[in-house]
Amino acid sequence: MTTTVTATAALALGDDALVLSHRLGEWAGHAPVLEEEVALANIALDLLGQARVLLSTAGDEDELAYLREERAFTNLQLVEQPNGDFAHTIARQLYFSTYQHLLYARLAVTDGEFAPLAAKAVKEVAYHRDHAEQWTLRLGDGTGLSHERMQRACDALWRFTGEMFLPVEGLAVDGEQLRSAWLESVSGVLRRATLTVPEGPQSGAWTAGAGRQGLHTEPFGRMLAEMQHLHRSHPGASW
Amino acid sequence: MATAAAHRTAQAQDASGGAADTGAHQHAFDAAVAAEERIEPRDWMPDAYRATLVRQIAQHAHSEIIGMQPEANWITRAPSLRRKAILMAKVQDEAGHGLYLYSAAETLGVGRDELLDKLHSGSQKYSSIFNYPTLTWADVGAIGWLVDGAAITNQVPLCRCSYGPYARAMVRVCKEESFHQRQGYELLLALSRGTAEQHAMAQDAVDRWWWPSLMMFGPPDDASRHSAQSMAWKIKRHSNDELRQRFVDICVPQAESLGLTLPDPDLRWNEERGHHDFGAIDWTEFHEVLKGNGPCNEQRITQRRRAHEEGAWVREAAAAHAAKHSGETGVKQA
Ligand SMILES: [Fe+2]
Ligand SMILES: [Fe+2]
Repeated sequence: MTTTVTATAALALGDDALVLSHRLGEWAGHAPVLEEEVALANIALDLLGQARVLLSTAGDEDELAYLREERAFTNLQLVEQPNGDFAHTIARQLYFSTYQHLLYARLAVTDGEFAPLAAKAVKEVAYHRDHAEQWTLRLGDGTGLSHERMQRACDALWRFTGEMFLPVEGLAVDGEQLRSAWLESVSGVLRRATLTVPEGPQSGAWTAGAGRQGLHTEPFGRMLAEMQHLHRSHPGASW
Repeated sequence: MATAAAHRTAQAQDASGGAADTGAHQHAFDAAVAAEERIEPRDWMPDAYRATLVRQIAQHAHSEIIGMQPEANWITRAPSLRRKAILMAKVQDEAGHGLYLYSAAETLGVGRDELLDKLHSGSQKYSSIFNYPTLTWADVGAIGWLVDGAAITNQVPLCRCSYGPYARAMVRVCKEESFHQRQGYELLLALSRGTAEQHAMAQDAVDRWWWPSLMMFGPPDDASRHSAQSMAWKIKRHSNDELRQRFVDICVPQAESLGLTLPDPDLRWNEERGHHDFGAIDWTEFHEVLKGNGPCNEQRITQRRRAHEEGAWVREAAAAHAAKHSGETGVKQA
């Protein structure tokens, strides 16, 4: 594995996509309606495709996915959060896809190494963002129960959003600019969904920059244990 | 509807002066079926034909969505990212097949919600094969190779089914099923040629999935309740035993190329028949699993019901939102 500046950034973005894809894959067979089986799998597949390109930039995709320890993963804590109910999944999608869309739109117009990938991915992510927005509107402005659940989900995940705007080595993006664009976009959707924009801090006081530095949350270890078990049980085998 | 059939149906309606003249309708229907024309949703059809199609299409749709479960069981543990992508896409395809098939059933006047209720209450069935567990990664390959393979053998003739919407759905479905079959074969081949442990895993999976796959073609011809009428209506084109034989003949050389053994000591080429002979199927097992006593019947239906019940608030929210905002533009409805 190389540890160039590019590889650091590729790992951060690749791990985000890999981990969120995995979480979305857990929905298979459990979605609330058949159309969402298709939609969530679509998003998961897009993200897995992005992850494979990005991880391959940094090394061997399977070695990186299956043989690294938890502390070597640099994904955001947001994407590793368990699916929870459908509202939590949608809130996670809204927060992350808005970030990813803004980020990739910027990277697509730079002349950096990620421009070709970003140009392709930004179209996929536009759909992910739209999907999340439509569901945020339905759940926020649906029934009393769905409103309550969606608000709770938005509040619960808010503490993981600050990490998205910290600088990543190798990505020439202005974090503060990203934050204000993200805030404007997400706040707009939440208001239209009759939801309240959460007021708490966007990161936990004890975990500044945590995921990007390899510090994760409790559920992540279990996720990796499941994901890596079979591959690790057969060292050197090919599949 | 094909024009000749339309003409005949119209004639029948004229002749009856608008009142239902079943004799003339029946005659037009029989003639259309005999002429290999497609019956379309707005054509007259015998009640029993409609009921048979609803039962068969619903059971097929239910099988697609229950069939997602045993394979989804391995998505989170797929041993390489390439295999993970293939598996996720496959499970997604099965959801898509469910969607096409529920739509085909809707053309016969029954909605998806009604059919799902019948699945959840146990009054409609799904293919018994999905009541077996996927215990190792190799089971994903065995399902692709054998279960999707058997499904294709069953479904290719359905592309010529007399009911148009079902026939057209089958054309799309069969294309994707043949991808699944090849991917399953390829997965098993990689294991068979891999380490000793991987090879053993593949053999074990084939040992467990072979006989249940043969049962997918249904009871033997002399015990099959619906077959004769379905053949007359050209819903079905070949008997259960014919299709089963075709499947065995396809699988034997493929198993050889895979370097895996089919678990049947009586399996051998019969020069005289030009087919493989094979051992007796344990029909007691088949009937027991069908009755609900398979290893996973309870688990599959419980997961399905739970997903449906836990998703009720989401579907209600979408409906409430749509009702509040009907007439607005810019907000897509679920
Ligand atoms: Fe299928
Ligand atoms: Fe399939």
